[in-house]
Amino acid sequence: MIKSNIKLLVLSFLLLISLRPLQSAEMVDPIRVDWSFKGLTGTFDRASLQRGFQVYKEVCASCHSMQYLSYRNLGEPGGPEFSEQEVKAIAASFEIEDGPDSQGEMFTRPGKPSDKFKSPYPNVQAATAANGGAYPPDMSVLVKARKGGANYIYSVLVGYEDPPPGVTLDDGVYYNKYMAGNKIKMPNNLIDGLVEYADGTDSTVDQMAKDVTTFLAWAAEPELEERHKTGVKVIIYLVLLTILVYLSMKKIWSRIDTEV
Amino acid sequence: MSEHEYTPKSKAGKWFNDRLPLLTLGAHLTDYPTPKNLNYWWTFGGILTFCLITQIVTGIVLAMHYVAHADLAFASVEHIMRDVNYGWLIRYIHSNGASMFFLAVYIHIFRSLFYGSYKSPREVIWIIGLMIYLLMMAAAFMGYVLPWGQMSFWGATVITNLFSAIPLVGDSITTWLWGAYSVDNPTLNRFFSLHYLIPFLILGLVVLHIWALHVPGNNNPVGIDIKKPSKDTVPFHPYITIKDAFALLVFMIIFAGFVFFTPNVLGHSDNYIPANPLVTPAHIVPEWYLLPFYAILRSVPDKLGGVILMFSAIFILFVLPWLDTSKVRSAVFRPIYRQFFWILVIDVLMLGYVGAMPAEGIYLVLARVGTIYYFLHFIVVMPVVGYLEKTDPIPMSISEPVLTGGAEPSLARKVNDKV
Repeated sequence: MIKSNIKLLVLSFLLLISLRPLQSAEMVDPIRVDWSFKGLTGTFDRASLQRGFQVYKEVCASCHSMQYLSYRNLGEPGGPEFSEQEVKAIAASFEIEDGPDSQGEMFTRPGKPSDKFKSPYPNVQAATAANGGAYPPDMSVLVKARKGGANYIYSVLVGYEDPPPGVTLDDGVYYNKYMAGNKIKMPNNLIDGLVEYADGTDSTVDQMAKDVTTFLAWAAEPELEERHKTGVKVIIYLVLLTILVYLSMKKIWSRIDTEV
Repeated sequence: MSEHEYTPKSKAGKWFNDRLPLLTLGAHLTDYPTPKNLNYWWTFGGILTFCLITQIVTGIVLAMHYVAHADLAFASVEHIMRDVNYGWLIRYIHSNGASMFFLAVYIHIFRSLFYGSYKSPREVIWIIGLMIYLLMMAAAFMGYVLPWGQMSFWGATVITNLFSAIPLVGDSITTWLWGAYSVDNPTLNRFFSLHYLIPFLILGLVVLHIWALHVPGNNNPVGIDIKKPSKDTVPFHPYITIKDAFALLVFMIIFAGFVFFTPNVLGHSDNYIPANPLVTPAHIVPEWYLLPFYAILRSVPDKLGGVILMFSAIFILFVLPWLDTSKVRSAVFRPIYRQFFWILVIDVLMLGYVGAMPAEGIYLVLARVGTIYYFLHFIVVMPVVGYLEKTDPIPMSISEPVLTGGAEPSLARKVNDKV
């Protein structure tokens, strides 16, 4: 009796879930990409992370901040894993405001690995004003902050199209197939060959979009590789312990006539 | 309770126990006669204790690194995620732990509904349990506000605004709750303070919950009164402890699956966008465990009516022991009530589902149907079915599945006492 009830329960729940398409809007589902960091043992593609950082630095960083990352993160395990010298050189290539010094003056100095990523604008208002009234969101946790995650970010980057007939766009507004509402104020910045990859990879729009999305996925979840590795160990440990406890339980309960 | 008086073996133990009978308490907890036929639905009490302790321990560590300030809260959470050693693990355990806590508590509550554990003589256990559940909802709601993301801010705005529906004093109460003229830094500060306080109140109520449980002893799947101790019972340790441990480990595997492999699936992506009072999210939705009540709230076109109905949905549970007129506890012997029980389960799941959807079209219709059934179940179905239903024959004891015609558990008890 209980079994058939549970069956009924599951069936009605499935029916309920299948109602979902009823609320279909004009939104297009993002492209599904087979990311290396997907799945239970997923890890980041180191070379892709380094290329992605290059795209971020040369393209995105002129408008988007990444205020929660530090340059040292670029050399940490599970990330792009630049060498110590490379991290120092990357950090030193930025002029960071520091101070006040003993005279009470602010001053600039070359960046250090412990510094946070330098933001392109001093504050949100300045960023908004410089970008036609649309704030370019901070990219530190952007992949976690969007439904669809990495797939969505990648889709938007490659989703620019001419607007369909009948859709008129204001100046500084672009049509994007995957953006919510299809209108985006970020221009299509990626063109084939835009960056020259240090490792010689062909910098197609698709390649750059994938690389920078990988970089952003790491930026949002720098712990991902450690999390996956620890998770596998924890689950194995728990399963083994569960088996041992199960056997102990069977043994203890065998003293009485009742089944566990 | 154990019949014989416990005396510590060592002299020091006896000296201490005469002054504070902690050892007697320990002996009571160890020997506590428990029905031997408890199934795995009964393991969620132990699991919930584990959940509470996990939330308190991880929460205390998080509070060492978190900054309760509107300008710094979001950044401090990112600091925990990136710079604190294993901060990501502690935070993900805490955030997913809340969901696991509610998963367990819902199973625990529905188990009680199925087996009639709320019925005499266990009404006080049930009521304390509901108070714990209410405090859990308050703690979870305030905890969700602390990261100060978009859903934190707008969720807090929606929920606190409910109080403005109160006639005459509503607006004053809302302002008083906020400590400002909108959800702002003072709101965040007091929510943090209360979020830290409530788990300890829950802990106190848990002690009372268990104390109240140990007076009549556990209900059981058959739902009959049993003699304690007897051949129908086993000592709590090691029989129940090992069984609880096994169930807890299975639960922990699922818990770990969420924490390590999909830590954000139960949250809302908008909460990784810093709170912005000027931008309202497209859909403001609470965490999944509050969705059924959210659906009830939105099913009423009138704000005050919605608020009253939502709170009634919780408070009606407090009088459940007196709404249920059946003399038989366990739904195993109640063929009609059993069907309604499963309809209620489906109803609540459906309410949860439509609570996550926009309140329009078919979803609004479903929410209204679900809400009406929810109340009908408690106000009409429970008293009427309990009165009219012809229950199946009840066994006299757990050990002897002898069936007799009667359906009076107290009768079975009397017979059993004589055996």
